[in-house]
Amino acid sequence: MNARLLPYMLILPVTLFLCLFFLYPFVLVAKQAFTTGAGFTLDNFREVVSYWKFPISLKNTLLLAAAVVPIQLALSLLMATMVTRMEKGRDLVLYVWTIPLGISDLAAGLIWLAIFEQSGFLNSMMHGMGIVDKPANLLTFQNPGLVFVAIALAEIWRATAIMLVILVAGIGLIPKEYYEAAEVFGASPWKRFVRITLPMLRPSLQTALVLRVIMAFEVFAVVAALGGTLFPVLMGETYAYQFDLLNSGAAAAMALVILAISIAATLVILRALRVPKGATI
Amino acid sequence: MTDATVAEAPAAPSTRSAGRFLYISGVVLLCAWVLVPIYFLLVNTLSSPDTVNSFPKPLFPEFDFGSLAFFAQFAGMLTALKNSVLTAGMTMIMSILIGAPAGYALSRFDFRGKELFRLLILLTRAFPLPLLALPLAVMFIQTGLDDTTFGLALVHTTLAIPFAVLITFSLFSGIPLELEEAAWTLGCTRLTAFTKVVLPLILPGITASAIFAFVISWNEVFAAAVLTIENRTLTAFLLQNLDTSPLHLKFAGGFILVVPALIFIFAVRKYLFAMWGIANR
Amino acid sequence: MAEIQIKNVAKKFGAYQALHDINLTIADQEFMVLLGASGCGKTTLLRIICGLETATEGEVWIGGRRVDHLAPKDRGIAMVFQNYAVFPHLTVFENIGFGLRMQKLPDDEVRRRVERVASLMHIEMLLKRYSGELSGGQRQRVAVARALAMEPDVILMDEPLSNLDALLRMEMRAELKGVLAESKTTAVYVTHDQVEAMSMADRISVMHQGEIVQAASPIEVYRNPAAEFVASFIGNPPMNFLRAEAAGDGKWSVAGNVIDGPRYGKSPLQFAIRPEDMQPAGDGLEAKVKIVEPLGAHLLVTCEVNGTLFRAVLDSDMEVKRGDMLTLAPQTDRVRWFDPETTLAVA
Repeated sequence: MNARLLPYMLILPVTLFLCLFFLYPFVLVAKQAFTTGAGFTLDNFREVVSYWKFPISLKNTLLLAAAVVPIQLALSLLMATMVTRMEKGRDLVLYVWTIPLGISDLAAGLIWLAIFEQSGFLNSMMHGMGIVDKPANLLTFQNPGLVFVAIALAEIWRATAIMLVILVAGIGLIPKEYYEAAEVFGASPWKRFVRITLPMLRPSLQTALVLRVIMAFEVFAVVAALGGTLFPVLMGETYAYQFDLLNSGAAAAMALVILAISIAATLVILRALRVPKGATI
Repeated sequence: MTDATVAEAPAAPSTRSAGRFLYISGVVLLCAWVLVPIYFLLVNTLSSPDTVNSFPKPLFPEFDFGSLAFFAQFAGMLTALKNSVLTAGMTMIMSILIGAPAGYALSRFDFRGKELFRLLILLTRAFPLPLLALPLAVMFIQTGLDDTTFGLALVHTTLAIPFAVLITFSLFSGIPLELEEAAWTLGCTRLTAFTKVVLPLILPGITASAIFAFVISWNEVFAAAVLTIENRTLTAFLLQNLDTSPLHLKFAGGFILVVPALIFIFAVRKYLFAMWGIANR
Repeated sequence: MAEIQIKNVAKKFGAYQALHDINLTIADQEFMVLLGASGCGKTTLLRIICGLETATEGEVWIGGRRVDHLAPKDRGIAMVFQNYAVFPHLTVFENIGFGLRMQKLPDDEVRRRVERVASLMHIEMLLKRYSGELSGGQRQRVAVARALAMEPDVILMDEPLSNLDALLRMEMRAELKGVLAESKTTAVYVTHDQVEAMSMADRISVMHQGEIVQAASPIEVYRNPAAEFVASFIGNPPMNFLRAEAAGDGKWSVAGNVIDGPRYGKSPLQFAIRPEDMQPAGDGLEAKVKIVEPLGAHLLVTCEVNGTLFRAVLDSDMEVKRGDMLTLAPQTDRVRWFDPETTLAVA
């Protein structure tokens, strides 16, 4: 076989597949969002944005991302540094910490539902300690703060693992000599973390944050399991447009809104954490 | 030596052991943070439906299979489980068959358009893909793929392919080209060198990335809910019945969702980090 | 019978010209070493002979057959790789027998040939092991055994000893030379180590910037370098050079001395002499001693002659110290001359 054509033959299946199931539907979404039977229009967007639930779901989604992602970043950095110092039991601890990686958002929602529901473990324990005598229904519209906390906890629990994995892999790529050199020059462990680990980890931080933030804007099943309709989010509204309201034009417009937010966030992260050319390991 | 240093010397071990205590309790605490919620779900699953709905909750399972039996008998649940397994199985096979050749091409050849191709792959990874389920629903109705596990598997393959390409890329890059060249000089064609030398060496890694594809499909909620109506997967089925199904059904279903995750993450734990290390480059 | 002929071979990687119009004939059963610094094109040339790289222009013939369009497996060659390329998922036995199995030879024939080359390379006791359980030297032996088991017409080796430590390298050098002479195959051997080249080769091709500067026996390359590059690359330390101005018919003035040289139409020339080909004498080059390095067998003295660095290898009994003035007399029959414009040797 012609050696020059071989690589193209090898990437052909993926390219075709992605064109058919990624690029083409993307074009379709865009088309659907900008048309209502008769030509180009912004009606779908106007309709979606003017709906009373839109500001709330947008606010909820952004607020959740803003609350959850920084905590996860700190937590995963802490866990990653803890693990790199570990000698005994490293594999076991890493396994335990990465378990949520394999757990779907729906299952994670259900797991936390078992804790927060009316007859759940939180109420049981509070009852056992004599704080409450009757189980209170925690996840109701009267406790919007608690609903938020429950969803945030479930999100933190579920999706820290993906950042942890990326950061542990990234730390593994930083040669040990840099730390030894810094130590010889008298840098404290904290200084070594701030001056060496963090800057050298920038490519991994980029990946981890981009991936995590995009996931945060797609939050859906955790919210559905824990909050139901109490806590509207963008992805949930998209689902509702498609199925409950049977308005696929509006659903497509919502999808593009989510995409726009994701792209904006990605660009901000890439810009903030960019690595100067030639400064890579 | 001055007195000060003598006085300080005994203090050092105690601060060190205090730090060590803090460190170990931190690790244990974080492990508990991951494991305890899963344990609660287990307690609920292995309790009778009455116990699950009663208050207060016991903190230990009573090893009653009533909830699981109820789950198994619930109309459509076992079909949904079967659909999930089928979809995930097809996703696993398709994403490797389509993704691995591209991974090989990326690791072995320099070709025009390579950077563009990598960009397409990365773009797919950084994109809220489930959103594309909406236009695909229309497309599938036109082609008769609507409401089939195969159609859903195609969408899940799109989700899994960027990972399959990047993981196999890193796997193939780990096999020195020299080994293949040696095989060529010893009487192999490109194809036999691949099957006799490269394939045996990367088979464990390929298995790991296949399992990863399986988990991605197994856990996916949104596209599954959008694209299937009669042939629901487990996640879609649970999501659809969230409002109406009793608690013990939710928890048993959640538990069934979690179990494969525990096993799969254990099976692929060795590769989780390697693949992210290179995927960042 | 496997003579290798390389005819007008050139290789470009994009805009970079790695090889320029190479012509070389390697005789049957000859041990040819391709010697040069990294980036000189020696490995590219070897890989073109092997078929792992395709020449941009030119032809490769092995045993009277044109092979440059054939896959490596159809060229009657075997190769030993720099990092050994011992397959990690196969035992040593299966590694050595890999090529034979690909030829679908019967089991007992495979066994016979594997055992023969294994005993030749002294690795009979390792046949059941995997590559992860072998030392670097043992892997090296497996790689050579695997190539020999193919009973090839031509064996190609790409820096096969460069990953071994110094002592092991010396041992393997002698052993490899013996085994290859025994096997009667033509060998092409790439190295950047001139000691390896000198000690093993029937002929050395010295390569520089994608060209073969000189192809000759080791002693010829050492005594009569064809170009300034060869003179300054071969020998440790290499030849010394001094500027020589014409001083009449066949006479040249070198650092204030008038020396007999070639009759040549142009001036100046480069006067060249090996460090060991000089003796302290009453009359000769005035040298100021800069550094003295006792090497056991000799004394390596770095001096300055007429503002140019100049090395001499002297008897270790001599008492020389920094700042001394020496008078060094070159051995006249060992002096060589180069034209600085063409950089080629002048007869």
